[in-house]
Amino acid sequence: MSGRKRTGDKVSEGKKGLGLYFHIPFCVKKCLYCDFLSAPCEGEERNAYMEALLRETQGRACDYRGYVVRTIFIGGGTPSVVETEWIEGLLSLVRECYEVMPKAEITIEVNPGTVDSQKLVRYRRAGINRLSIGLQSANDEELETLGRIHTFAGFLDTYDRAVKAGFDNINVDVMAALPKQGLADYERTLEAVTGLNPQPAHISAYSLIVEEGTFFAELEREGKLFLPDEDCERRMYERTKELLGKAGYMRYEISNYARPGFECIHNCGYWKRQDYAGFGIGAASLIDNKRFSNRNSLKIYIENPLNCRGGIQKLTLREQMEEFMFLGLRLTEGISPLEFERIFGKTLEQVYGEVIRKNVKDGLLYFHGGKIRDMDWNGRQTELIPPDFGSRLALTQRGIDISNYVMAQFLPD
Amino acid sequence: MSVMDQSKIRNFCIVAHIDHGKSTLADRIIEKTGLLTSREMQAQVLDNMELERERGITIKAQSVRTVYRAKDGEEYIFNLIDTPGHVDFNYEVSRSLAACDGAILVVDAAQGIEAQTLANVYLALDHNLDVFPVINKIDLPSAEPQRVIEEIEDVIGLEAQDAPLISAKNGIGIEDVLEQIVTKIPAPKGSPDAPLKALIFDSLYDSYKGVIIFCRIMEGTVKKGTAICMMATGAKQEVVEVGYFGAGQFIPCEELSAGMVGYITASIKNVKDTAVGDTVTDANNPCEEPLPGYKKVQSMVYCGMYPADGAKYPDLRDALEKLKLNDASLNYEPETSIALGFGFRCGFLGLLHLEIIQERLEREYNLDLVTTAPGVIYKVYKTNGEVIELTNPSNLPDPSEIEFMEEPIVSAEIMVTSEFIGSIMELCQERRGKYLGMEYIEGTRALLKYELPLNEIIYDFFDALKSRSRGYASFDYDIKGYEQSSLVKLDILINREEVDALSFIVHADSAYERGRRMCEKLKDEIPRHLFEIPIQAAVGGKIIARETVKAMRKDVLAKCYGGDITRKKKLLEKQKEGKKRMRQIGNVEIPQKAFMSVLKLDDRK
Repeated sequence: MSGRKRTGDKVSEGKKGLGLYFHIPFCVKKCLYCDFLSAPCEGEERNAYMEALLRETQGRACDYRGYVVRTIFIGGGTPSVVETEWIEGLLSLVRECYEVMPKAEITIEVNPGTVDSQKLVRYRRAGINRLSIGLQSANDEELETLGRIHTFAGFLDTYDRAVKAGFDNINVDVMAALPKQGLADYERTLEAVTGLNPQPAHISAYSLIVEEGTFFAELEREGKLFLPDEDCERRMYERTKELLGKAGYMRYEISNYARPGFECIHNCGYWKRQDYAGFGIGAASLIDNKRFSNRNSLKIYIENPLNCRGGIQKLTLREQMEEFMFLGLRLTEGISPLEFERIFGKTLEQVYGEVIRKNVKDGLLYFHGGKIRDMDWNGRQTELIPPDFGSRLALTQRGIDISNYVMAQFLPD
Repeated sequence: MSVMDQSKIRNFCIVAHIDHGKSTLADRIIEKTGLLTSREMQAQVLDNMELERERGITIKAQSVRTVYRAKDGEEYIFNLIDTPGHVDFNYEVSRSLAACDGAILVVDAAQGIEAQTLANVYLALDHNLDVFPVINKIDLPSAEPQRVIEEIEDVIGLEAQDAPLISAKNGIGIEDVLEQIVTKIPAPKGSPDAPLKALIFDSLYDSYKGVIIFCRIMEGTVKKGTAICMMATGAKQEVVEVGYFGAGQFIPCEELSAGMVGYITASIKNVKDTAVGDTVTDANNPCEEPLPGYKKVQSMVYCGMYPADGAKYPDLRDALEKLKLNDASLNYEPETSIALGFGFRCGFLGLLHLEIIQERLEREYNLDLVTTAPGVIYKVYKTNGEVIELTNPSNLPDPSEIEFMEEPIVSAEIMVTSEFIGSIMELCQERRGKYLGMEYIEGTRALLKYELPLNEIIYDFFDALKSRSRGYASFDYDIKGYEQSSLVKLDILINREEVDALSFIVHADSAYERGRRMCEKLKDEIPRHLFEIPIQAAVGGKIIARETVKAMRKDVLAKCYGGDITRKKKLLEKQKEGKKRMRQIGNVEIPQKAFMSVLKLDDRK
């Protein structure tokens, strides 16, 4: 499979690019670690919600007249639990009311056990060209511990059917540092995923984070979660890069790996602060440097999806700069000082010179030529590279490890 | 109000062990005497500082005047003087008592007599007050009023058979208390025509009126225009206004004469001039000698206070100046620390006083403070004959110049039920206590007498006492004097740099143990850095303990989902905020609370 032609880099004359996010907060069963806005739900309420989602999509269309949609992401929850008609209806409505680029990246999240061949074929026909499958682990015991509803065999079946349905851009989610997981267990998951035929285009690899309010948080308080120790977790994290690198994947974001040309355009839009509009409960938007979100109440949303927005946060120039830095640095290619200057009318040196020099000295940030794929971005050379505000600035390997520490320094005092 | 029948005045206070219900009873008395309706009553009228209400303790002496129509048909003026309720403020308590003619002793019907009950009642009897007991909290299921009555008679020797049985909380039995105030507390004496002699029992700074002196007129009369003189401080001023205390307000009147309690304003700029315990007299017709008992208040506990943000130093100075206006027992002088920059060495009556000032600075003046470990005043006798009063450990001279050192010692009384005697004695032993003796109060309770070094009790002794007696032990102490002791300075090195603000003085025998704990504690307090940080404790240049803060390896990533970056932003902001509360020492960032960690060394479980 050759690298596909990138979409989205070019936007039709005079119009701004836009990402659309649709939130479908339903799932078959809540996973034990999950703190996202999702819950199992009955058919009737589901239909009412989907109907409201369509209403919101239609009702907001006039706000986005000057935009061209480059990416669409249907996330959740498990969007594949709703009847396929709704997904088809949603996408045809989007094409009706919005200007969508012909080669737009259109992603849907699915979980094994919620899609059959027919569903996948219909997704493909509806224009969906990217699938994100939640695997998390190739070990059935671990899947059970997580409260997942599927087995590894179930995943293989779904993957196979997806490939047969014509999907050539598939992401697989895996998770490290699971309860009772050893390094070898995790490596087996990575090997199982990279050994798939055909290889998935994209892999997301996160460490399990125990979030407040989840069942796992409760277990941890009682000392019954048995997470791997720090050193082991560390090794898993390092092995992710090694194994996926060997298998031909490039880490392009802190937790995301892709074969060349298959980076998720939609998600990169978040890190590059491109405009995006979110629909559905809790969905966030960034439009013209204004951030806003829908509220989380299903009931209010179903009653009037167009009257469900929380407050609008107009980002100050300073906040825009800070976001530019801490979001942009998530990408391994980092940020461009020239772009910074073009957007904000001040040089990066003027605003963040001191912080950057300190972090470069500490080996956490480094400047590179800009073509990240051609060079070793491990940061080993940081001592040698003089701060050159003309090239790109990115986190070193060590900087990625402690990215919060680095990013927090870009927040204003 | 100019003609005042002395026989119809009752000046009294309420004494009790902490939590036995003193302030609640005060509220009920005010309420039942009709000065305020129930609706106007905020809970606990007399504790008017926000902080006092939150902590449930009385910090400053307060006073209120109410009118009571007794069963004999006459109207009586009650001046209730509320006294501070903590051992730190013992001197203030004694001056408030001196302003009274009698006292109500409140005893908890379930807990009976406690150490402070005894201490306070003896203090009241020392001031020749007529004391009558009241048994409070009789509504508690565990109340044993008869046992407590017997205890009061046996232990204190007070007649208690007709003690009112009350529940201040539920307003039960308050009438009896009011009647007994009339019958059992004597009317004041003193001639209104004699030369003026008034006792200052508190003062308050008001930005319009200047200092407001709270006083009890012992002899003579004072009114607007009287030229007054504070006998100890020598301050002289002309009276602008006199009056008495309404609930939460000052009510001016023509004059105050012998037997009355009220206030005087005289355009005085500083509470330093109106020291508690001083005598106010008529400058033109002075009394022969001042009232007895005046003492210059001395700070017992010292610590360094530094603004977290060095640029706020002038703000801290202004804030201390303002607090000092109202608190003559607060002392401060500028000092510099290598680690913390410019700040102040502040002196307090005790640890509670310190905490209160610290909280007020942070809350009322919005200052972020770094406070160093509190210490006592050591006397350092140098080989050249010089004697230094040491309040800051960093100023300790080189050991070669020191002949010997002395530390302050207190005599302490601890009351405890017999089952805990062993563990309390053990605690006192650990704290270098000298056992003086033990008395059994009744079958199951004993009064332990110890001499203890003050520096062993200022931190957490009280907490340790409570935890080792399941909350039953109570404690009171008096400063006894100075004794020679084998003391050393314990230094802390972080990343091989000595941090002056973390040094403290400790007894040689406990230096190793304290050093070890201090390192352990700091290891928990100091966040991981990009590099490994050794933490060492040293005495006289010799390392006695070490811990290591490992280098930071990874911090938690927040997943940004569906473009919702708010959580990520919050996480970063929290991290940034955390950094702001740090002090940079060398290239190590130390959280502010680490400087207080020496206080938490003794949570032995």
